[in-house]
Amino acid sequence: MAATLSQNLLLTVPLAPLAGALIAGLAGKAVGRRGAHTVTILGVLVSFICSFMVLLDVREGARFNATVYEWMTLGTLKMEVGFLIDGLTAMMMCVVTFVSLMVHIYTIGYMEEDDGYQRFFSYISLFTFSMLMLVMSNNFLQLFFGWEAVGLVSYLLIGFWYKRPTAIFANMKAFLVNRVGDFGFILGIGLILAFTGSLNYGEVFAKSLDLAKLIFPGSQWMLITVICICLFIGAMGKSAQVPLHVWLPDSMEGPTPISALIHAATMVTAGIFMVARMSPLFELSDTALSFVLVIGAITALFMGFLGIIQNDIKRVVAYSTLSQLGYMTVALGVSAYSVAVFHLMTHAFFKALLFLGAGSVIIGMHHDQDIRNMGGLWKHMKITWITSLVGSLALIGTPFFAGFYSKDSIIEAVHASHLPGAGFAYFAVIVGVFVTAFYSFRMYFLVFHGAERFHHKPFPGEHDHHDDGHGHAHAPHESPWVVWLPLVALAVPSVVIGYMTIGPMLFGDFFKDSIVVDAARHPAMKELAEGFHGAAAMALHGFTALPFWLALGGVVTAWVFYLKAPSIPAAIARTFSPIVRILENKYYFDWFNENVLAAAARLLGTGLWKGGDQGLIDGLIINGSARAVGMLAGVGRLVQTGHLYWYALVMALGVFGLLTWQLWPALNGALGR
Amino acid sequence: MSLGAITLGHYLTLGGILFALSVVGIFLNRRNLIVLLMAIELMLLAVNLNFVAFSHYLPLEADRMAGQVFVFFILTVAAAESAIGLAILVVLFRNRATIAVDELDALKG
Repeated sequence: MAATLSQNLLLTVPLAPLAGALIAGLAGKAVGRRGAHTVTILGVLVSFICSFMVLLDVREGARFNATVYEWMTLGTLKMEVGFLIDGLTAMMMCVVTFVSLMVHIYTIGYMEEDDGYQRFFSYISLFTFSMLMLVMSNNFLQLFFGWEAVGLVSYLLIGFWYKRPTAIFANMKAFLVNRVGDFGFILGIGLILAFTGSLNYGEVFAKSLDLAKLIFPGSQWMLITVICICLFIGAMGKSAQVPLHVWLPDSMEGPTPISALIHAATMVTAGIFMVARMSPLFELSDTALSFVLVIGAITALFMGFLGIIQNDIKRVVAYSTLSQLGYMTVALGVSAYSVAVFHLMTHAFFKALLFLGAGSVIIGMHHDQDIRNMGGLWKHMKITWITSLVGSLALIGTPFFAGFYSKDSIIEAVHASHLPGAGFAYFAVIVGVFVTAFYSFRMYFLVFHGAERFHHKPFPGEHDHHDDGHGHAHAPHESPWVVWLPLVALAVPSVVIGYMTIGPMLFGDFFKDSIVVDAARHPAMKELAEGFHGAAAMALHGFTALPFWLALGGVVTAWVFYLKAPSIPAAIARTFSPIVRILENKYYFDWFNENVLAAAARLLGTGLWKGGDQGLIDGLIINGSARAVGMLAGVGRLVQTGHLYWYALVMALGVFGLLTWQLWPALNGALGR
Repeated sequence: MSLGAITLGHYLTLGGILFALSVVGIFLNRRNLIVLLMAIELMLLAVNLNFVAFSHYLPLEADRMAGQVFVFFILTVAAAESAIGLAILVVLFRNRATIAVDELDALKG
């Protein structure tokens, strides 16, 4: 425990991508396309190697928690840049830098023909830097900095093709929805600062028990509950939980590599990470945990349903991300923070794999994204086919794959929990298994198997950024090595990472000093540990458990529906057309936001503009004061007749008045005597 | 104080009456600018009368000159002022073809 980490090593981790981003972004013309991707990939590579070294040291027990730079001091409030490195941070650093590295390499192939090549590399490196600052922070201020920086870069990246109106709409939407969440987040930080007087994690957690005794002033609420819910609202924005999830599907407007980065390693994992990091606070409030649990369960189940009816290959994966984020949130809600983080990690690998695989398919399909136009691609894109299959199997939780360990642990943890809402959450995650398997393999079968539909293109399809004029009747082809190499590199951990790490991460002491669980009140983790007899035994037992059969059922159903008897889904859609309509409109969330919230906001804005700005400020204060002066002058000019005798009279009267006033006491005295 | 003797009070009363007349002349005169100039002259003369009267009644012989010197100053200034005023009056009449005070309201706001 005594060993500490070198500060310079830690500084290298976030600063290397930043340097890459600056060089690629500001000196783009000088370094050229090759220079831009070389320098950014080098930066992220250095960052990854350093992160890995940190991880090895952390496994040996090394820790780091200190201020690196003091930004300013306001009274007793210190604003600092500091690093807190423990198991949680080291794991996140490795995941972020590894996935980011893969995405960087992949981008060389994917963005080859794009004019904004250097700009894109600059942005994704900046994204990596922001996320690293977020996870490495040891105080709330830096956390908030990373939080906002991630939001900013996601805005830039979703609107990367800034000439497309839909992309502009999507990035504005992402930014606004994230503002809503961030508002809650900063309120939470403000409450923490107000009641503990510190922004440093260590100092805040040390006072958390005192905090738990306080009541929120002027209400019946426990202060800690209010704080946790405020913080979680921030997480809802970033990690796209209902009802703040609406930005995530639309973020598909960005290029595919960035979708992979947003969905796997950066941005959406920030909320999960933050809640896990705040576990000493969340543990103190059962109410907040129940809230987290229910929100997560709703997201996990209902967003999964939406994945079933999507036809855009990226959107299917996007809804699966939403659903999996729901699973992580459910795990947070039942105090199984380490399970949530574990799922975060496995999910990062297989979701990045699925997204990059989808991107590879899109390249092969000459930027056609409609899965109804695909089919039979396995013959033409062997590597993409195999890796996507691996990703899908991991996603649905096939035993021995990474997703199985994390997802099954979540389900078991929910089962063991006794919080209010755990029953509903258990139902949601169990049904979610079937739904996940169904939509994943629906996409898989439609894309890689069945009839080859890309020759005649039955559907107009949703196109990616450009028509490259290749002629769409060409057969798809395997992507270049820069594209498939990351796929292979991600497929490996998607298979083995769960088996390798479940022991130390969930039941060992890897997270011992970063995640706090009150085992007496929230025994889910403890019961989970009691039932755990090694990774292999767990997988073997998994074959006999309910989730496996549900997943298998989902796969078989998808196989029957979309390969054997394609008429069935159409018939079902006809029979249940009202439900399908609800799903197609995504539960009318967008409609509600657009027509109720946005309309109300616009109404308020118009009211303030017309009434407040034009009426009160312009009308009353500015023009009103001018008009008042005018009216006063109008009265004053009545006495200014221009006649000399009038002036003389007034002057005489004035003299008389002044004299009277001055001499009055003397006069009085004289008369009185 | 007998009826026959003329005291300081008589002089001051006369000065006051003259002054008041001239002030009223300024206020009430609506027609003629010349009357206005005359009223101003009258006002100065009323003041002169006070000066002379006061100086005559001063206790010390040597001091009595002071008030009378003032009268000369005032007469001089009054003469100069009348000359300028009449000159302005002539120019005014050439420009406006009237010297009625009522119609001279170019300063009206």
